[in-house]
Amino acid sequence: MSSDISHDQHGAPITAPVLDWTSDYDIFDPQYINDPYGIWAELRQTCPMAHTDRWGGSWLPTRYADVYAIAHDIEKFPSGNGISVVPLVDPASDGDSVPGNTPSPVLTSGVPPISADPPLHTWTRRLILPTMSPARVADYEVFTRDLCHRLVDDVLESGTGDAASEYAQQIPVRVIGHILGVPEDMSATFTEWVRDVLEFAHDVERRRNGISNIIHYLRGAIEARQAEPQDDFITELLNSEHDGEPIGTPVVMGMCALLLIAGIDTTWSSIGSTMWHLAAHPDDRRRLVAEPNLMPTAIEEFLRVYAPVTMARRLTEDKQYEGRPMKAGERILMNFPAANRDPEVFPDADRVILDRQQNRHLAFGTGIHRCAGSNLARMELRVAIEEWLARIPEFELIDPAAVTWAGGQVRGPRSIPVRIS
Amino acid sequence: MRVELNPDLCQGHNRCYALAPELFDVDDYGTAVVIGEGSVAADLEGKARLAVDNCPEYAITITQDT
Repeated sequence: MSSDISHDQHGAPITAPVLDWTSDYDIFDPQYINDPYGIWAELRQTCPMAHTDRWGGSWLPTRYADVYAIAHDIEKFPSGNGISVVPLVDPASDGDSVPGNTPSPVLTSGVPPISADPPLHTWTRRLILPTMSPARVADYEVFTRDLCHRLVDDVLESGTGDAASEYAQQIPVRVIGHILGVPEDMSATFTEWVRDVLEFAHDVERRRNGISNIIHYLRGAIEARQAEPQDDFITELLNSEHDGEPIGTPVVMGMCALLLIAGIDTTWSSIGSTMWHLAAHPDDRRRLVAEPNLMPTAIEEFLRVYAPVTMARRLTEDKQYEGRPMKAGERILMNFPAANRDPEVFPDADRVILDRQQNRHLAFGTGIHRCAGSNLARMELRVAIEEWLARIPEFELIDPAAVTWAGGQVRGPRSIPVRIS
Repeated sequence: MRVELNPDLCQGHNRCYALAPELFDVDDYGTAVVIGEGSVAADLEGKARLAVDNCPEYAITITQDT
């Protein structure tokens, strides 16, 4: 841990306080992590495209129309120049600096398709989509439901539990591990590595260790399957071809890293936010229990109002957007969570309406980078909520003040102590 | 009522399929297709509107039979 970073009692980094959200915002600021909704509402009125010099400079749209237009303008706002606010792999590092690890080239193809522009984006996306199709996801539902059932058993037994760390957090990592073909006993370790990568922007060493561990693990997993193929997605990728050639280890490594990094923290955050809402809002919870036919629209509504992910694009050259001078190297934050609460598009936008009819939310993005795992995430969220509510329809927060949130480019609750009531 | 889907706009969100599986199907890449000729039975008109109103790519449209 870097010595010049201090942390609050929840382990969140303490950053220079933000005094002006229009010109000096920070998505890692504790206020933004804990309660960004008021900040977005204010910015939408006063400065719908905020700017900051922090973290190398970026722009923060808060209106649906701007987020939508930018997401679709892949020529002006490419993904290949960087998709994260802090770099995934520290340029100054060899990316594999964990003591004991042997040096290796790292993620030389990025983490496609999300970090790529066409044509790399196009063919890598076609490799990953069938694995996440509704038909395949229906197969994973059996595993997911059984897993959730077992987790609920534990809560029922003790009468209390943490709906974030002991429930939401336990689900996506095991489902992704099941798909990739890695052992279930790695779940806690994967969770820790992915959190290291995504949730600790101020802690360079921790981020570096996170990505290095993931790369090191995947390299071993890939080598094992090159020696002895398995019936899993890593093997499937290794056997894949593009233009008649094997796709190559760097692309396989990048795609597997993406599955881990994008498939764990995100879905867990969404399940956790929904669990928090249901614990804190008994009217919504009881209505959903009484009217299970609302589940399809309710799931979309939870995805809308608690969208966890803010992706970034990065400019390769100076550009103008609606009169604003944007500089090469600056990022544009695809603020899907704020777009989803824009009252111009969603009446009563901050309120959860379980049967909301018009709901073109952008929780999974829009355009060619639509989340490739959206079917999987939607299934996991639905099954997690169904399995919990079927057996624990009445529960409540033990202490609302004890709930903690993590944020940045993925936002969600990390601790939700609840008791069965 | 009839539903139409523009495959050039569809990005495979599959929300039409999640909300109105009686009217839409999807292929392995997530691209949606309208089932059959796209005519909507009276009892499915609500679901057809739901699909239109939930497509983030504005790929689905409704036309009324004349």
